[in-house]
Amino acid sequence: MTPQDLHQVEPGTGVLFTNTSMLDDAINLARKNSIHYLLFGLACCGIELMQTGGPRADLDRFAAIFRASPRQADLMIVAGTLTYKMAVRTKLLYDQMAEPKYVLSMGSCANCGGLFQTSYSVCKGVDKIIPVDVYVPGCPPRPEALTEGLLRIQDIMMCERWKTKMRPGRVDPNAPMMISSKAK
Amino acid sequence: MAIDMQLDRHILRRTESSDEEIVVNFGPQHPSTHGVINFVTQTNGEVIRRSVPDIGYLHRGLEKIGEQVPYPGYMPFTDRIDYLAAMFANEGYAVAIERLLGVEAPPRAKYIRAIAGELCRISNHFISVGTMAQDIGAATPLTHALRERESINDLLEELCGARLTFNYHRIGGVAFDLPEGWAVKVLRFLDHLDSYIQEWDRLITFNKIFVKRLANVGIITREKAIDYGLAGPNLRGSGVNWDIRRDMPYGAYPDFDFDIPVGTGRFGTVGDCWDRYFVRVREMVESSKIVRQALAKLPEGDIQAKVARKLKPDAGEAVGRVESARGEMLYYVVSDGSEKAYRLRVRTGSFMAMGIIEELSHGIMVADLIAIIASLDVVAPEVDR
Amino acid sequence: MTQEEVCTQLKTQFGDAASALSETKGDRFVVVKDEKIVDVCRFLKTTTGLEFDYCQDITAVDWPARKVIEVVYHVYSLVHRHGLVLKAETDREKPSIATVESVWKAATWLEREIYDLFGVNFEGHSDLRRILLPDDWVGHPLRKDYQEAGGYHGIGNERQDPLVQLSKVTDERRKAVAAAVAAAAVAAAAAAPPEPATVPVAPATDPERKS
Repeated sequence: MTPQDLHQVEPGTGVLFTNTSMLDDAINLARKNSIHYLLFGLACCGIELMQTGGPRADLDRFAAIFRASPRQADLMIVAGTLTYKMAVRTKLLYDQMAEPKYVLSMGSCANCGGLFQTSYSVCKGVDKIIPVDVYVPGCPPRPEALTEGLLRIQDIMMCERWKTKMRPGRVDPNAPMMISSKAK
Repeated sequence: MAIDMQLDRHILRRTESSDEEIVVNFGPQHPSTHGVINFVTQTNGEVIRRSVPDIGYLHRGLEKIGEQVPYPGYMPFTDRIDYLAAMFANEGYAVAIERLLGVEAPPRAKYIRAIAGELCRISNHFISVGTMAQDIGAATPLTHALRERESINDLLEELCGARLTFNYHRIGGVAFDLPEGWAVKVLRFLDHLDSYIQEWDRLITFNKIFVKRLANVGIITREKAIDYGLAGPNLRGSGVNWDIRRDMPYGAYPDFDFDIPVGTGRFGTVGDCWDRYFVRVREMVESSKIVRQALAKLPEGDIQAKVARKLKPDAGEAVGRVESARGEMLYYVVSDGSEKAYRLRVRTGSFMAMGIIEELSHGIMVADLIAIIASLDVVAPEVDR
Repeated sequence: MTQEEVCTQLKTQFGDAASALSETKGDRFVVVKDEKIVDVCRFLKTTTGLEFDYCQDITAVDWPARKVIEVVYHVYSLVHRHGLVLKAETDREKPSIATVESVWKAATWLEREIYDLFGVNFEGHSDLRRILLPDDWVGHPLRKDYQEAGGYHGIGNERQDPLVQLSKVTDERRKAVAAAVAAAAVAAAAAAPPEPATVPVAPATDPERKS
């Protein structure tokens, strides 16, 4: 089961079969090497996010810097447990980000509710509210794991074609939640 | 899907307001609020009329989970109550259940608990002073602090396998013994730390701009600190000489010789932000002293007392207290004879510190509010649990 | 001062309203009548020799079997280094007790939390509203008979086990691949010429030769 299978791309549009064009590649190269991620550290994973942006496992060497405002960010790293009270605000922040925007769900709590699945006030996963592109498992994930997640986001960015402005694995935000998705 | 927004502005409807005043949500997503905390602030330009904390954005129902999970299985949840000083959260829970059962950890376990705890205190205080410097405006000290913290993360990872949420203590002792050669690495780190804190003092603590930003800001008098139930460095910064490690001793702390730093109003008034900050920096030095003494005097023996696999304490209640990095952490456990707790209550220092912010917020500048929140060292999971 | 001495002073002042120290396993506590809780607390705080100036914790425990919600006060004296645990029982149907906010300011937020999670009404409180849960939350979660509503504002609270979801995906893909292969085989068979009928081959063992 390779990661590409999970996205269930239609033949002819996946990573290996894309018609490359120099302009698309140039634009995507610029985009993937200047990711501004929203500082959305909610809980323990937020501290590992800080450490990953810190000196040793440096996210700045990928030219990914943190921004505090969603208007200036194109990647939202949801790091930590999402409660129902916060879920309302998370949707607002996601809507405030400009397209193209990506979401990386960091840690078990953001993926599926994690350790707190039996709790009454925890939202069982951030993908109940916003569409997620990359899930990074861990509790909390090591900085190396988060860096791998960022590299996957970069791969997704490289696959985006400006003619269609669609990327493989993009879930329609208004469709019911499902784990597999088809490229449009 | 449409989700309705609810902003809690009814809080401020009760005060009269002029046309130039605006109500602003300072949070919950904000780099300076130390987690997801919202401050509904009514400001007139740069001057705050009133700022009311609005918490609960990280309320995960940990106390209810305590009633659903057996006693030994709750230990990983205690890590998440205070993830920056997770060793203390583990220890408090272990101490409370040990008091309920009537067992005591063996001496070697107590010493290891002290070592792990004090290393965690240094790690937490680095984040606290580093983010405080960042909130004041200096971005570089945070990278320094994170670098030092990585060394401690490495040491604790070698000890128990995790960088942040340790799950290291067990009811009756600790889980693993010290690895080979670990003590040497710790001592090498402490030598580096003692010289590094002198560099930190030169760079930030006695920096003129830093002092001017923090002195005489957010003054909490002694009586107010006690009345509002503050704990830890917040209480000691206001001049109250109270520390659970010395005054209600537990574990191996009676065997160690260390000072308790107390705020003296060196650059301003007793109980201002600089005092609370300085108490934290000095506590790092004292922690390093404790770790050195503990490693020198470490006794041999078991690391865990004999405790049953399925714990079923007799019906009763017990309180476990530890001096966490953020103040006194109190675990109140009520047992009804079954293998799950009947009621588990965690009282943390950050929750009490949030209660005092509204009182301090009348007539200060927005930048001072940020300095006050940073100096009280609140962290969202402790406030919300 | 030991806990017994503090207790004796309480009993001389308040008589029946304060019980004797309990004899349970673990920490011992004093049960106070809920009408007198503010007087008891003020007495503990202001009397010289007692001076309980530090309110460590106020919490509640729900006992549906005894039909009470107990409000538990952990108070301490930093001056004299002694502590005490007080308990006041409130009726579970309509739990209500006076606030001790006027005695210790720390009680403001602690009592708000008890109101939020247990539903205990604190008479005279300056700002009694929910603190940890959203304002429009229904129910008080730490009660023993709390039933979760199915989600909040349209966000469901069910989540399928991810491994179950994943196995469904692999099953669907396997079926899709099998269907594609079958369709390809049917197309190939339709396109190729029909094969001549073959004579069935005799079985390998000769029934006449028994081994």
